Amino acid sequence: MSPLAAAGPVIPNYRSASSSCVVHNHLFCTEWIAHNWSPILWPALRQHILLTAVAVALGFLIAAALALLAHRHGWVERPTIVLTTILYTIPSLALFELLVAPVGANVIAAEIALVSYTLLILFRNIVTGLREVPADVREAAEGMGMSRRQVLLRVELPLALPAIVAGLRIATVTIIALATIVYVVCNQGLGVPIHTALGEGPFKTELIAAGGLAILLALVADALLVGAQWLLTPWLRARSA
Amino acid sequence: MNQFVEAFQFIGRNGAIPGDPQLPSLLHLTLETLKVGAIGVAISLAIALPLGIWLGHIHRGSFLAINAGNLGRALPSLAVLAIGDAFLGLGLPVVELALVILAVPPIVTNAYLAIDGVDPELVDAARGMGMSELRILGRVELPLAIPLIFAGVRTASVFVISTTTIAALAGFSGSLGDVIANETSYHFSGVLGAAICVAALALAVDGALALVQRLLTPRGLRLAQSKRGYRLADAARTA
Repeated sequence: MSPLAAAGPVIPNYRSASSSCVVHNHLFCTEWIAHNWSPILWPALRQHILLTAVAVALGFLIAAALALLAHRHGWVERPTIVLTTILYTIPSLALFELLVAPVGANVIAAEIALVSYTLLILFRNIVTGLREVPADVREAAEGMGMSRRQVLLRVELPLALPAIVAGLRIATVTIIALATIVYVVCNQGLGVPIHTALGEGPFKTELIAAGGLAILLALVADALLVGAQWLLTPWLRARSA
Repeated sequence: MNQFVEAFQFIGRNGAIPGDPQLPSLLHLTLETLKVGAIGVAISLAIALPLGIWLGHIHRGSFLAINAGNLGRALPSLAVLAIGDAFLGLGLPVVELALVILAVPPIVTNAYLAIDGVDPELVDAARGMGMSELRILGRVELPLAIPLIFAGVRTASVFVISTTTIAALAGFSGSLGDVIANETSYHFSGVLGAAICVAALALAVDGALALVQRLLTPRGLRLAQSKRGYRLADAARTA
């Protein structure tokens, strides 16, 4: 059975609702939202957040490990960039479907695809951030007798933080967008109500609500990361003040 | 491995599935994908290039130009298609709207950063030589900014091509996404074959734009820049 067919309607047909707004499929029916927030929209939103958080966290761990390796051993960078660029070029919809054969139509397939899209962005930003630490700062740290590990943890990583957070912002927002397509393999995320609504009419209220939630989630996540960067880099604030 | 062989056989048959003669050919779908994508990129260029270049030239609006990049990425294409569908009904205009929303931000951001980043001493020298603002833009700033401007256009084009396949999920037919979203008719090998076509199309477009970029880049700059790669991720970092 196709994974698309597997993601069939899980929501009762909207036409069974009694409200005339819903029956006539007006642009936005607030009572439908109120009625379906807890059974449909909130679970989808929660799944969407979880899918994104897991993918970005795993992607960050892998990308950071590879980036630190590339920072120490320069030759690692080139093949990693090539490999992650290839992963990044595969169309997302296709990657989800291609993973169904080896992994099955489940959350693991979804997460593998999502993680693979974070790698290029995160790896490139971490490596660039570490590389662009001014050489004299690094030399000063070494001159103070810091070990290689101390230089990395106490000088290079903090200075690379803006670049790393920039990568996290792009990765997070990209994954929130891609997670709307996850429904083709595992019936999760805000793509589920979008898909159902497209099949029923299309049912406008649900399209606007689910699509709007996805956009809102991306904007909020981006703002939270900007806030986190602001808190983590007090020295940048001092400089601009 | 067998699947890969079958996928290439599918490509070799030009997308024909034995026993299902009405399906469109793979070449036709690839060209349609290219057409839909090209319209989107063309509209985006018409909007984004003048805006980014102008803002860069007057060195204003950095907040708008740089944050536009993040805002555009923040809009999930399927969500835009869904909302567009609710308001306008799904068709080529809504798909193009989603593509334009996706493609404008990276082009604006890179064009702005490219022009804004031109060495001010060069611009001052040009002004001192009596060049008009338009000539400064055309003869000094634009040629120097070509590599970075193209980085944005290339990123946008690759985004746009892979996103046309997502339009198939929203019910838009007439792209390689038709094959990818329809495993029932095309089987796994067909999905894989179509995915290979999309990736190949994206790489081909990127390559073609790289060639145009080479032709437009002044020779002196080409030599100087061969060592320095400036990418979107780096550009976004300055935000």
